[in-house]
Amino acid sequence: MATPVIMPQLGESVVEGTVLRWLKQPGETVAEFEPLLEVSTDKVDSEVPSPASGVVLQILVPTGQTVRAGTVLAWIGAAGEALGGEEAPAVSPAPAEAPAAPTASPLTPGRNRDLGFISPVVARLAREHNLDLRQIKGTGEGGRITKKDVLRYLERQPTPTPETPAAWETPGEGDLFRPTEDVPSAAPSAPPPAEAKERLIPLTPMRQKIAERLSYSARTIPHVTTVMEADLKRVVAHYTAHKPLFARDGVNLTYTAYFALAAVAALRAYPLLNASWTEEGIRVYETINLGIAVSLGDEGLVVPVIRQAEGLSLLGMARAINDLAARARGRRLTPDDLQGGTFTITNHGVGGSLFATPIILPPQCAILGVGKITPRPVVIEDAIAIRPMVYLSLTFDHRILDGAVADAFLSKIVQTLQTWPEA
Amino acid sequence: MPEMTLVEAIRQAMDEEMARDERVFIVGEDVGKRGGVFRATLGLYEKYGPERVIDSPLAEASIVGVGIGAALYGMRPICEIQFADFIFPAFNQIVNEAARMCYRSNGEWCVPLVIRAPYGGGIGGGLYHSQSVEAFFAHVPGLKVVIPSNPYDAKGLLKSAVRDPNPVLFLEPKKGYRLLRGEVPTEDYVVPIGPARVTRPGRDISLFAYGMMHYYALQAAEMVAAEGIEVEVVDLRTLAPVDRTTILESVRKTGKALIVHEDNLTGGYGAEIAALIAEEAFEALDAPVRRLCGPDVPGVPFSHPMQDWFMPNAPKIAAALRALAAY
Repeated sequence: MATPVIMPQLGESVVEGTVLRWLKQPGETVAEFEPLLEVSTDKVDSEVPSPASGVVLQILVPTGQTVRAGTVLAWIGAAGEALGGEEAPAVSPAPAEAPAAPTASPLTPGRNRDLGFISPVVARLAREHNLDLRQIKGTGEGGRITKKDVLRYLERQPTPTPETPAAWETPGEGDLFRPTEDVPSAAPSAPPPAEAKERLIPLTPMRQKIAERLSYSARTIPHVTTVMEADLKRVVAHYTAHKPLFARDGVNLTYTAYFALAAVAALRAYPLLNASWTEEGIRVYETINLGIAVSLGDEGLVVPVIRQAEGLSLLGMARAINDLAARARGRRLTPDDLQGGTFTITNHGVGGSLFATPIILPPQCAILGVGKITPRPVVIEDAIAIRPMVYLSLTFDHRILDGAVADAFLSKIVQTLQTWPEA
Repeated sequence: MPEMTLVEAIRQAMDEEMARDERVFIVGEDVGKRGGVFRATLGLYEKYGPERVIDSPLAEASIVGVGIGAALYGMRPICEIQFADFIFPAFNQIVNEAARMCYRSNGEWCVPLVIRAPYGGGIGGGLYHSQSVEAFFAHVPGLKVVIPSNPYDAKGLLKSAVRDPNPVLFLEPKKGYRLLRGEVPTEDYVVPIGPARVTRPGRDISLFAYGMMHYYALQAAEMVAAEGIEVEVVDLRTLAPVDRTTILESVRKTGKALIVHEDNLTGGYGAEIAALIAEEAFEALDAPVRRLCGPDVPGVPFSHPMQDWFMPNAPKIAAALRALAAY
């Protein structure tokens, strides 16, 4: 007896899906739960597991075709099995003929014959993490899958982000932030349908993780950004004078080190910025672990952390940044390097951006955005001078801070940079 | 910090506010020479005199009506309704006049009035001395409804209520007047009207309660903690305006919610919380939102076994928590 493969309903409001790719061809053997095809909807892409073990007898919906949830996509059965007459009708495009209860859909809230009641939160988690709920053992009432069951299952899954080999940037000329050239992504496995004027970039685990964390941040943290500008005349002079001296010690001095040091000075003056919002209260950290956002080009972005940054001199800071760069270059960053940051700096200026409103990395309180350093006319007393100017933007968690403290903090950074000692 | 009872904290709040601001005065039945039937105003008549602690006739509509008039005139009246059960003669004054004045006059007139009323059962008070009336009033825009669950909050919230430019109904869990004890600062402080408080963090079930029920909620959470059920207890403190953020944050974390009040179920305040959760946190829910409330009978019975049958308590809450945890 052949088993139908049915287009699942991949979300409450998702009523149709597109076949992206068949992973098995007619005649090939497939095991139960083995991924059989990839489908795409406007909300999510997902692998559809085979509902039974056997041979793919017939594929009814070709790659690129969009059909309603509940449509029979293919038949699985014993080798050589003939398909009966009632198994012939393929596509059900008519919305009037509502498809039968989607037994193959693990994601629809409501009564489900195989899985018991699926609560809204379980349906959402399954959708967000692309889970096949049939793989999860239910411990709730009547064997229902509970939220805890799903979370336990997710905890046991390996976290994909850190060990995914990413195309690391090769930081050139002492700058961690310059995006790499376009990294050619894997060619789409299936050519897009001829009529579609779009293409689909598959989500990498890193892209998914970034999306998850940034959405969480934007959703839960009330973001506010404040912007100031700094005159870098003294910093530039210091940089020019000291770059060759540092080079003799084997250290590549960068402007990033100055911004990092100024941020540390301000964090020491205003520890409330070195803190996390928790339900119990505001957790203020004694140690400053400085995250530095590093672009990996198309692949995404990582934020390695300089630990105990409060103890570092300019030389030490430059060396720590060099170390991150070297290890990034050698793909030797460990998951630990990416954790435990208490404040982050992102240098969007390398792309030419004057100022930006970065998103906070939870559970941190704030993030400093450094714009492009550019010579600009500025009024100094009664004269107009040309000075290397930079916009600094601070995005902060308004639950922890009010504008006054944030501005005082940013002023402290500006003041540190503008009064940089000459020696 | 000295430890004191709920009623002592309430008395201290009024005492301090009267000393701080001479516009503050008290009006109500037996509040003067007798010091109130629950002794909430004990000693204030002697301290501030008959012009600021006024014994009223047994006429609640006039107690509140006088309060509204005085408030419009610039005073800061504290009206005491001896039992919340007796508030209904004043319903028209509260709903039609006090709550609407600011809106009706486009902000030109406001009614900085506090109405204190002991509410709730479990004290053998029978049908006319046990009622919970919060649902009637939390429905009314323009009126704030506050219910403290402990002496610290009671003092801080009552001081906020006195200083609030709007009418505030301050409902006091009378069973807790001498049962609820806690440390209370002697110096001036306020607890803002509005924010709820997570009084016990947990990740399995959100338990929402207020007043006396919050006391039992904490006990029940402790009982089931021994069985591995981690309950997050939220003391709502203010029913109007309600702290939606804290409620939703908690449910988004736990996925399950139980609401407890002693007022009867149908049309009770818990329905509003349940509706809020269903509307705003549907996709976080892992179980139906449940309510544990008094039964739909016309009053808290006088007979003690029947009163016990009526009142939610710690074992009843624990049983509801266990059922929800097993869902």
